[in-house]
Amino acid sequence: MRIAPSITQKIAKFMLFAACASAIAALLFVIGFVLVGGLQNVTWAFLTEPILDMGRGGGILPAIVGTILMVFVAIGIAAPLGVASAIYLAEYTLEGKATQTIRFGINCLAGVPSIIFGLFGFILFVVIMGFGWSILSGGLSLAAMILPTVIRTAEEALRSVPQNYRDVAASLGATRWQVVTRAVLPYALPGILTGVILGIGRSIEETAVVIFTAGSAVQMPTSLFDSARTMAVHFYILAREGVSNENAYATASILILTILIINITAYTMMHRLMRGRRAA
Amino acid sequence: MSADRVKIAIRDLNVGFGDVEALKGVSLDVRLNEVLSIIGPANSGKSSLLMAINRMIDRFPEASLSGSVKIDGVEVSGFRNVEDLRRRVGMVYAMPIPLPMSIRENILFGPGFMKRVKRSEGDSIVESTLKAAYLWDEVKDRLGSSAMALSGGQQQRLCIARTLATNPEIIMFDEPCSGLDPISTAKVEDAIKELKNDRTIIFVTNNTKQAARVGDRTAFLLMGELVEVDDTAKIFTNPSDNRTEEYVSGKFG
Repeated sequence: MRIAPSITQKIAKFMLFAACASAIAALLFVIGFVLVGGLQNVTWAFLTEPILDMGRGGGILPAIVGTILMVFVAIGIAAPLGVASAIYLAEYTLEGKATQTIRFGINCLAGVPSIIFGLFGFILFVVIMGFGWSILSGGLSLAAMILPTVIRTAEEALRSVPQNYRDVAASLGATRWQVVTRAVLPYALPGILTGVILGIGRSIEETAVVIFTAGSAVQMPTSLFDSARTMAVHFYILAREGVSNENAYATASILILTILIINITAYTMMHRLMRGRRAA
Repeated sequence: MSADRVKIAIRDLNVGFGDVEALKGVSLDVRLNEVLSIIGPANSGKSSLLMAINRMIDRFPEASLSGSVKIDGVEVSGFRNVEDLRRRVGMVYAMPIPLPMSIRENILFGPGFMKRVKRSEGDSIVESTLKAAYLWDEVKDRLGSSAMALSGGQQQRLCIARTLATNPEIIMFDEPCSGLDPISTAKVEDAIKELKNDRTIIFVTNNTKQAARVGDRTAFLLMGELVEVDDTAKIFTNPSDNRTEEYVSGKFG
């Protein structure tokens, strides 16, 4: 017996809505749980004071600074490198064995567990290159970890720009580089930024890589060669070692708020950029 | 007579895409400051011919080409910078392709590849090209607004103005009115007739009536072969080849 199409339509609609609603509910529950448990312990002092007594007292300023510096290093390296690779793959080479192999490699890298990148970073940056446990090693390892994501999203974004735009630019006498910089990149920018934002998010939340390559020093870092902990690592240590549940959740709250703020600013900026361009 | 001077000389041109032959041994002269209409059904090689002239065909890795295309006696394959060639041979596509930027920015897009365009210089380029494309009166008060907001016909005339901005000696139109209504089509045709005063124009169309209206001479391409090229009046009243007769009278195509 067939079910009437109007019934299947209703069932489908409900199922799709339920799927969406449960995803959002899970998100809200996690965020709510952390914020309720953590925000009450967040004070101005918590944000601006050094870590005392391994995290039992004081604030988390060194962890905030460590996070920011490490993410800066990671994005500073992964974004230009990733976008350049994507431009090469999407605009400068022909589809063939070589690009397929490169793309396969990138996809494999994207699926490698972060702990492997931690080990890789430890061996290459910490030991062989002699950077030691440092913000630099951590940032470089994080860059390696997020590079595949940045490349993939940037390449997608470049490919979604209409071929027409390239033809018009070329027919008006643009060199290949001018085609890329003036007819393609401006329109791929929102997509590229999405990849970069994803990369920032993954760097901020990462613990395994950071513990292996940047250590977990509680002191305020004064140079890129200092060991430092990120907020995520700080939270992990506080929670796992049972140092201080209150401070752990307070740190987690700040971590979540940071990610929210980054996302909101990035998307607003992007929106402004696009609206400005369309209206220009 | 200078009107008969050859601007583009095409000899034994063969173009293939992989195993598909798009053009087979085409030889054709385009005279200085004439409008040459090229007619023919779909897949007759019209667009391949245009792409061989401005070497946009270089962008297709699977394309192969033999024979000769000379502009003012210079082989196009001999241009060291293909960009110089493309600035001399402008191209207007079938569908209007405004870029998502302002009207002014669209027009100055091409000149900007050569140098930084000064404001006053940009103003004069924008005004002269828009006037030549019969669009100035309609947009002069909103040069800074988005080109995407224009109507289809206006967008296509903007594309003509944009092509004019690099001051090409030759302009190729690839079915420029295929997506336009009759009034917009008439305006585009007017612009083209005006342009031939000091430019050589190749006008590809699959609308035979339009070819008859616009072209000084008309070439008929069929399955990659040049069937016939002659004065437009002759092609449409007394063609030498049966296939031309059948095509222009609407028996096929």
